[in-house]
Amino acid sequence: MQLESFLEASAQRCPDKTALIVDGRRIGYGDIERRANQLAHALVERGVDRGDRVAIWLENSSEVIIALFAALKVGAVFVLVSPGTKGHKAAYILNDCRPRALITDRRRLRVIGEHWAGIPPIAVVWTVDPVADTAAPPHVTSLQAVFDDRRPQPGTQKRAIDLDLASLIYTSGSTGTPKGVMMTHLNMISAATSIASYLESDSDDVVLNVLPLSFDYGLYQILMAFRLGATVLLERSFAFPHLVLDAAARERITVLPLVPTIASMLLRMDISRYDLSSLRCITNTGAALPPEHSRRLQESFPNARIFSMYGLTECKRVSYLPPDQLTRRPTSVGRGMPNQQISIVDEEGRAVAAGAVGELVVRGPHVMKGYWGDPEETAKRLRPGPYEWEEVLYTGDLFRTDDEGYLYFVGRKDDMIKSRGEKVSPKEIEDVLYSIDGVAEAAVLGVPDPVLGQAITAVIARCEGSRLTEQDVLRLCAERLEDFMVPTTVTFRDTLPKTSSSKINKRMIAV
Amino acid sequence: MCDVRELREFVAANFLFTDECALQDTDSFLDAGILDSMGVLQIILFLEERYRITLSDNEVVPANLDSIESLKQFVVRKLSEGRLPAVNGD
Repeated sequence: MQLESFLEASAQRCPDKTALIVDGRRIGYGDIERRANQLAHALVERGVDRGDRVAIWLENSSEVIIALFAALKVGAVFVLVSPGTKGHKAAYILNDCRPRALITDRRRLRVIGEHWAGIPPIAVVWTVDPVADTAAPPHVTSLQAVFDDRRPQPGTQKRAIDLDLASLIYTSGSTGTPKGVMMTHLNMISAATSIASYLESDSDDVVLNVLPLSFDYGLYQILMAFRLGATVLLERSFAFPHLVLDAAARERITVLPLVPTIASMLLRMDISRYDLSSLRCITNTGAALPPEHSRRLQESFPNARIFSMYGLTECKRVSYLPPDQLTRRPTSVGRGMPNQQISIVDEEGRAVAAGAVGELVVRGPHVMKGYWGDPEETAKRLRPGPYEWEEVLYTGDLFRTDDEGYLYFVGRKDDMIKSRGEKVSPKEIEDVLYSIDGVAEAAVLGVPDPVLGQAITAVIARCEGSRLTEQDVLRLCAERLEDFMVPTTVTFRDTLPKTSSSKINKRMIAV
Repeated sequence: MCDVRELREFVAANFLFTDECALQDTDSFLDAGILDSMGVLQIILFLEERYRITLSDNEVVPANLDSIESLKQFVVRKLSEGRLPAVNGD
């Protein structure tokens, strides 16, 4: 089975069912399938072969979805580039994945600007703008022309098998440079199936998606909804919450996927004015929800089940906390999802004793094939596992379990601070900071220090109206943390910088 | 008073431009791709601090915030709401 069957089967079963609501328009499964076939034929006509990359660089829109399915239909590999990517980084990604086709718009072609010359020639460039009057090479044509083609175009001949690559998903790169996570059809179908089973999704769902489709969390909202024939209310961002929530109430959304930044914004608003009683499922991943926030969310949406989850792009998802455990274990990310094996290991790769901290290792059909064109980095993450014919994924994340096997995230392996000879988890300190009244966002970093090795510094964004001082914070930390974990300095900002997947970007915090 | 120059400076200083040509007063921030949720929060904070106005949730909409011209009209309107009716007109 291949990933595009998610669309094809739903289009056959319920062609008139609304697949997407975008910009106030409703688009049915039949329409999406028809356009995807049109574009698939155009890709073939322009020489796109099995295994070729098709890069899609656009804001969240129906075109992104049509294009990714078109690429899949011809056995190509889709690459969704984050719409906000700046010129230098976009050029890096295009250089790295060397696409045969690029679907973008005038604005982004201008963003690439002078970097265009440094990228290997892209044979086919389509823009979603009506007229291709760009500064880019003359072979840029309008995508609309493909859809205006009235020739009847049934499905294209299948070229790929489920072991073939379906997508390259670029990570936000905590190491610095973006890396393309290689995902096969089988990888993605396995992940989608496993997730849908624990979320108990169904075809009546109406999913609000405000997350970038270039972020796997956003992408899979579409994939999982299409698999079931459900409906997605697709937004570009949560920049104007009032408009989004208005639409969400009107469309009676049932599923709300969040990241902590969005939860934070929601909780700052008066959400009681929107009738969201239809909401039955709220999910969170990317970073942990502060317990106070999950409590307040549950209060605001008493009929919704809240799922706290953990995953990484390299295997899409790993764990989920059953909603009925949220009150009891608010800081846990749950236990492993179906069709997967996990273990927590020490530096030698041996399973640690129950309750001890170690690196989480994942085995399953959803684990990536590696990083595109980067065997060195791949070898650091995919390593021999329990069976010599397989490799398993070393997540680079440290975890411990409680006595019932529930997972607790301790920190990124490479984010650990060494201060006064002790290994310090920034996350542990951040958790304490979040428990302080008046703290909206917090980041803990290590800075070189001649005496301590690394000194711990906390950067905090206060809640509106809070008069919290550095002294307050230090005093409370000293009360709640061992002395080597108390920050040396505390500074305040209005907001903290974020990555494209809404996690706090520590690398961007200048200390 | 609301100085358009000040608004332009704020936008220029806080949001990166990818175009060589300057942003027109009526250009949409959203279309120019320089506004995301963090950007909106920054604008709100700026308006609240600089002009001492508070925004309600349903005022956080593109019609009020999505261009230099919209920002200016929004600020002028909010500032005049706080004043007593002028005797001779403003």
